[in-house]
Amino acid sequence: MTRVVLLGGGVGGSMVSNQLARQLKSEILRGEVEITVINESDVHVYQPYFLYMAFDQAVPADAQRPERSVLNHLIKLVVGHAERVDRDANAVVMGDGTKIPYDYLVIATGSRPAPETIPGLVEGGHIFYTQEGALKLRDALAEFKGGRIVVTVGVPHKCPVAPVEFTLMVRDWLNNRGMQSSEVFYTYPIGRLHSLEPVANWASGVFQERNINSQVFFNTESVDPEKKTITSLEGDTVSYDLLVAIPPHMGQDVIKRSGLGDAGNWIPTDRYSLQMEGADNIYVLGDATNLPISKAGSTAHFEADVVSSNLVNRIRGGRGSVRYDGKVFCFIEAGNDEATYIKFDYQHPPKPQAPTEMIHLYKLAFNKMYWLSAAGIL
Amino acid sequence: MADAKVIDARGSFCPGPLMELIKGIRQEPVGTVLEVWSSDRGSAKDIPEWVARAGHEVVGNVEEDGIFKVQVKKVK
Repeated sequence: MTRVVLLGGGVGGSMVSNQLARQLKSEILRGEVEITVINESDVHVYQPYFLYMAFDQAVPADAQRPERSVLNHLIKLVVGHAERVDRDANAVVMGDGTKIPYDYLVIATGSRPAPETIPGLVEGGHIFYTQEGALKLRDALAEFKGGRIVVTVGVPHKCPVAPVEFTLMVRDWLNNRGMQSSEVFYTYPIGRLHSLEPVANWASGVFQERNINSQVFFNTESVDPEKKTITSLEGDTVSYDLLVAIPPHMGQDVIKRSGLGDAGNWIPTDRYSLQMEGADNIYVLGDATNLPISKAGSTAHFEADVVSSNLVNRIRGGRGSVRYDGKVFCFIEAGNDEATYIKFDYQHPPKPQAPTEMIHLYKLAFNKMYWLSAAGIL
Repeated sequence: MADAKVIDARGSFCPGPLMELIKGIRQEPVGTVLEVWSSDRGSAKDIPEWVARAGHEVVGNVEEDGIFKVQVKKVK
């Protein structure tokens, strides 16, 4: 029997396992293949809703479904804490000592915001990249009496357009509550407002039009919660009344415990095959890789197609030769009930598209259709 | 060019080579030399500009077969 184990049941793990279950249905029913998903929680969370939760436009229940309901019934689900991957034994060792052996392992453990890596940030700032953080920020915004809201962006971080979206949305939020005189101030690590040049150029015009101030080349190194200031490693200091940080992210601790990652717990991964470097039977997708591409659900989505195709092919005797081309697609909420999108791959730079109401409506529809994506259907 | 930890950011439009370098600088110890590979000509200029602002040191900057390779030493 061929055992495929997926470590992580988020976007990447769910999509790969569901695609495998559908394509290998006959083999699974004959007992020749077994697919197991290991997930820390029994709940599947659609993280893009955190942005909306911060503005009280969504509640946690909107973003959650039981993990079991997301997975094909032919998939075995193990809910529990994975202690480490034992490459010598080809097994995942669980917190209770149980070993789950694999012939192929797919690592889709994602990433996590690591506010603790910036001194003072946990005490002095808010984040909207976790459910708990988004709800705390929602309450802080509700009590906000005016002043300067600083949005500061760290490296690396997932969902690269969310900081710009939040900035535009919080400007609208203040204006709609009669706080036009309050300031929104945005900082970004490199010399423009976004890593994608077309997005940076577009944001530059929109920020000016909507009276949003900014500072580039700003990598927050510390926060002083008493003085309410942030200081960058470039040596600049900015004061705030409400701080919203997109903190630097890290790969998950299970990667560190397994000795599979670099200093940030990112797994060295072949950019085309998506195999872990030096490991023929381990695939990595989504945020967990060290690849220089966007940490986003869409990245995991396109990578999932490659990983599942190659696994099906190899299980049936092929060599698994489909290559990932670096494709990423992102919607960008532009405020004022409009949105745009951007797509690119290793060979093709992004081209800007004018925001429209139609794309905004499609994005809202996709928020509902996400569950079809996780099911490996869309 | 000295021995260095390579950051292969060829074909990276987002986050891009400079963001990949900042990630590397943040997570590696002082004294590490990082070598960023970029297919974007702009990196040969953008990276040194940030390195100067952040107080680190460019120790190499060459083009080989259309790939721009910039070496940066983390000095603090």
